[in-house]
Amino acid sequence: MLETATILFFSFGYMGFLFAIAYFGDKHAEMGRSIVGNPYIYALSMAVYCTAWTFYGSVGRAVRDGPGFLTIYIGPTLMAALGWLVLRKIIRISKIHHITSIADFIGSRYGKSTILGGVVTVIAVLGIVPYIALQLKAISTSYLVIKEYPEIVMPRNFAKVPVFQDTAFYVSVLLAVFSILFGTRHLETTERHEGMVAAIAFECVVKLIAFISIGTFITYSLYDGFGDLFEKARAVPEFRRLLIMEDRTGAYIDWGIYIFLSMTAIIFLPRQFHVAVVENINEDHLNKAIWLFPLYLLAINIFVLPVALGGLLEFPRGTVDADTFVLTLPMALHQEGLALLAYIGGTSAATGMVIVETVALSTMICNELVMPVLLRLPFPRVSQWGDMSGVLLGIRRSGIALLLLLGYTYFRFIGEYYPLVSTGLVSFAAVAQFAPAILGGIFWKRSTRLGALWGMVAGFLVWAYTLFLPSLVQTGLLSSGFVTEGPWGIALLRPFQLFGLEGFNNVAHAVFWSMFVNVGGYIGVSLFTQPSPMEHTQAALFVDVFKSPEEFTWRRTASVPDLKSLLERFLGEQRTRELLSHYADSRRLDWEKSLTADDDLISYAEKLLSGAIGSASARVMVASVVKEESLGIEEVMNILDETRQVIIYSKELERTTSELKAANERLKELDRLKDEFISTVTHELRTPLTSVRSIAEILQDTEDLDPDQHRQFLGIIIKESERLTRLINQVLDFQKMESGRMEWQIQEVDLHEVVSDAVSRTEQLVRDKGAAVRIHQPEAPMPKIPGDVDRLIQVMLNLISNAVKFCDEDRGRIDITLSHGIEKVRVDVEDNGIGISPEQQERIFDKFHQIRNVNKARPSGSGLGLSITRRIVEHHGGTIRVKSEPGTGSTFSFELPIQKASDAE
Amino acid sequence: MTADSQKTARLVALFLLGWLLFNFPMLSLFSLNRLVFGIPSLYLYIFGVWVFIILSAALVTRITEQKASDHR
Repeated sequence: MLETATILFFSFGYMGFLFAIAYFGDKHAEMGRSIVGNPYIYALSMAVYCTAWTFYGSVGRAVRDGPGFLTIYIGPTLMAALGWLVLRKIIRISKIHHITSIADFIGSRYGKSTILGGVVTVIAVLGIVPYIALQLKAISTSYLVIKEYPEIVMPRNFAKVPVFQDTAFYVSVLLAVFSILFGTRHLETTERHEGMVAAIAFECVVKLIAFISIGTFITYSLYDGFGDLFEKARAVPEFRRLLIMEDRTGAYIDWGIYIFLSMTAIIFLPRQFHVAVVENINEDHLNKAIWLFPLYLLAINIFVLPVALGGLLEFPRGTVDADTFVLTLPMALHQEGLALLAYIGGTSAATGMVIVETVALSTMICNELVMPVLLRLPFPRVSQWGDMSGVLLGIRRSGIALLLLLGYTYFRFIGEYYPLVSTGLVSFAAVAQFAPAILGGIFWKRSTRLGALWGMVAGFLVWAYTLFLPSLVQTGLLSSGFVTEGPWGIALLRPFQLFGLEGFNNVAHAVFWSMFVNVGGYIGVSLFTQPSPMEHTQAALFVDVFKSPEEFTWRRTASVPDLKSLLERFLGEQRTRELLSHYADSRRLDWEKSLTADDDLISYAEKLLSGAIGSASARVMVASVVKEESLGIEEVMNILDETRQVIIYSKELERTTSELKAANERLKELDRLKDEFISTVTHELRTPLTSVRSIAEILQDTEDLDPDQHRQFLGIIIKESERLTRLINQVLDFQKMESGRMEWQIQEVDLHEVVSDAVSRTEQLVRDKGAAVRIHQPEAPMPKIPGDVDRLIQVMLNLISNAVKFCDEDRGRIDITLSHGIEKVRVDVEDNGIGISPEQQERIFDKFHQIRNVNKARPSGSGLGLSITRRIVEHHGGTIRVKSEPGTGSTFSFELPIQKASDAE
Repeated sequence: MTADSQKTARLVALFLLGWLLFNFPMLSLFSLNRLVFGIPSLYLYIFGVWVFIILSAALVTRITEQKASDHR
C-alpha cells in the first residue's frame, strides 16, 4: 500500500494543505479578522522550536546519551518562567521601535549601528545554514527510508542520488515558494505574517499528534504500558545506563550548560525571535504561553524514551540508525498508516522550521546587509531611486532562495557526515553569542556598541574554532591532526580541549569558552569605552521601556512632501496614505495643510521605515530628507546652554527677590527707627522746655523774689536752653551724617591738640562734678592724621562728658591716654565710674540707646552722643570699642589710621 | 508593589527554584537504578518537577490575570 506514489501524494498534498491554511490566514487578516490573534495559536507557533531534530533526533540522542536530550526542553521551560521579565520587555521594545529581527534589535539598541546589525546577520546565517541543511536531510532520509517499505534499509550516500531525483531538492523548492508567497507577500511595517503563523501552528499540532500516536502505539500495543516496557529494557544490562545520569566527571556541568544553551536558543534563534516577538499580536498572550508552551514540550517528550527503548529492543544492534526509530518502528510493525503519519509529522517539523527561519533570516539579510550597502554605494545613487518596495521584496525573495540553496548545498556535501543531534547544538551555540548583547542591552544602560561588537565577534570566533572547524575534519577538508594534536602540533590549542580543558562534551566546552570571551569582552570593553549620544538615547529607551512611555524628542524638521515620498518609495502609495492619515487622525492633525513635519512625525516615519528596512537603514534614509539631524554635538550643546541660561536667570531672579526682601525689611526697620527717633527727640525737647517754662512762670508770678534765687532761676533757664540747643545740634548733625550731607573739612590734625582743646572746654563740667582729668602722652610727638578737627573735638567732648556723667561725685578720675603704632593712633578714655554691663556694651553705640541708670529715674542725654561719635570715628576709617566691668569703670578706645585708607565720600 | 512586579518576582523565583531542581545535586539524588511506579526514578523526578513548574506558572499567571481583569 505504501507505494512511492502514495508517499509523494501525501507529501505534496500536505504541502498543498499548508498553502491553503496560509492563504486562508492571510485573507482573514486582510479582512481584519485575525485567526491567529489568540494565546493558543501564539503558544503553538512557539513550538516551531521542535524541529525534525526533536522529532527524529531526540530518540537518537536518548539512545546515545540517556536523559541528556531532555535539557533541550528543560531550558525553554525555565526560560518561559523568565519570559515575563525578559521576553515581555523585548516584545515591548520591539513594538515601540518597529523592530523586525534579532539583528535589528541589537543594532538598534547600540545606537542604530549598521555594523552590529551586519555582524549579527552574518553570525546568524553562518550558524543557521547547517541547521536548515539538517532539516532537509531529515526530509530526504525519511523519504528514502519509507520508500523502501516493507524493507528497512538505511540510506547511504545521499550524494549519489542525482539532484533531480532527490526529494529534498523538490521539498526545498516548495519551501522556497511557500516562504516567498507567505513570508514576503507584501512589505509590512510590522513584518507580521498571519497566514504563515497559522500554517506553523497547524504544523505544530500535526507533529505533536504524530509523535504521541506513535509513542502510545509502541507503549501500549507493542508493550503493556510503561512499566512493562521499562522492566524489559532493564533486563538488558547495557540499556540501564540510559535510565540514569552519565557516570562521568563533568556530566552534570554539561547538563547545566545545555540547559543554559537551550534557554538562550528559545529566544535568540532567529525563528524563535520571529514567532515570539515579531509575530506577537498582544503582550497578554504571554500569560498563557508561559505555561502552555512548556506543556507542549513536556507532551512531545513523554514518549521519547519509550520509542528509544522500543527501537533498541526491537532491532538487532547496529542495524537501524536510532535517528530513524520513529519511522522504522511503525514500518517494522507493518503499521502503514502510522508510518505515514510519522513521515508527515517529521516533514511538518522540518518544513515549519525552514519556513520561519528563512523568512526571519531573509529579513535580516535584506535590512542589515544588503540595504545598508546599497544605501551607501556612491553610485548609482540608490537613495535616489523611485519605488523601493519592489526592490526590497526582490531582495528578500532572493534571500530566501539563497538560504535554501545554501542549506541544500551544505546538506549535499557536508551534512551526511553529521548525525542530526550535533548540528542543532552547534547552531544553538552560535546564536547563544547574541545573549550577552541582548540581555545586557535591556538591563544595563552603560553597555556600549564596541563592547557588544567585540564580545560577539570574539565569542563567534571561538565558536568557529571549537565547533565549526572541527566539523570540517570529518568531511576531509582539514586533516584529522587538527583535532587530535592541535594546529601545528600545539596541544594547548586542540579545538576540543582548548587550553587543556577536558572532561566536557564538545559543545559544552565550546559554549564555556565562547561565553567566557563574549561576556568578558562585552563587559570589559563597555567599561572602557564611552557611548555616543545616540547610544545613550537608545540605551535609555530600551532599558527604561516600561518607565517612560513618552520618548525623547530631537529637534528636527523636514518637509512633509519629502517625508511622504520617502515613505511611498518603501511602503507604496496607498499604504503610506493610510498610515499617515491614521497618524493625523490619532493626533487630530490636518497634516495635508502643514508643510513642515515636526519631530514627532519624523520619528513616526522613521519607525515605519524601520519596520520595512531596519532601524539603521531607516535612520540613514530619514536623515537624507531631514533638514538638520540635530544629533550634532553643537546642537546638543546649544540646548544645554539654553537650559543653563534659564537656570542662571532663575537663580538671579531668586537672588534679586531675596535682596528686595532684605531691602524691604530694612525699610521697615528704618521706619520703626524713625518713629522711635521722633518720639525720643520730642521727649528730650519737651523736658528742658517744660522746666524753662515752669521757671519762667515762677519768675512771672513771684514778684518779691530775692536776687540770689532770681539769678539761680535764670541760670537754670540758660542751662536748659543750652541743653536744648545742644540737643537740636546733635539731631541736626546726626541727620546730616545719616543722609550723607555732612560736610567734612579734612586737614592735618594733631590729636594732642584736639584732646587738650576738648579737655579745656569741659573743664567747667568736670569741675562741677568734682572730678579730675589727666592726659598721658608719649614723649615723642604724635604723628599727624588727616581729619576734621571740629568733629574730632566733638568725639572727645562726647567721650569726656559721657565719662563725667557716670562718675561718682567728687571721686571721679578720668585718664586720657594717647599712643600710636606705625599705622594707627589710639586714644583711651578711662573712668572709674559705675561701668557698663556686657549686654549694654553691645548696644551702647546704637542710636537712642540710653543707659538706664538704676539710681536715676530719667536717663540723661539724648542717646545720640555715642552713636554720633562712632559715626565720626568710622568716617575717619577708624574703630571704636568699649571695655568695661560694672562697678570698676569703663574704657572707651578709638583708633584712627595715620594714612587714611580712602578719602571721605 | 504592583501586581505586575509581584508577578515578575514570583516567576523569577519559580525560575530559580526550577534551575535548582533541574541541576546537580538534586538530580544526583534521583539518578538511581530502580523503577518507581514502573518508571525509572530519574525520569519520574524530572517529569514531576516539570509538571510542577508548569502548574505553578499557570497558577501565578492565572491569579494575576484575574486580578487584572477585576480592575478593568
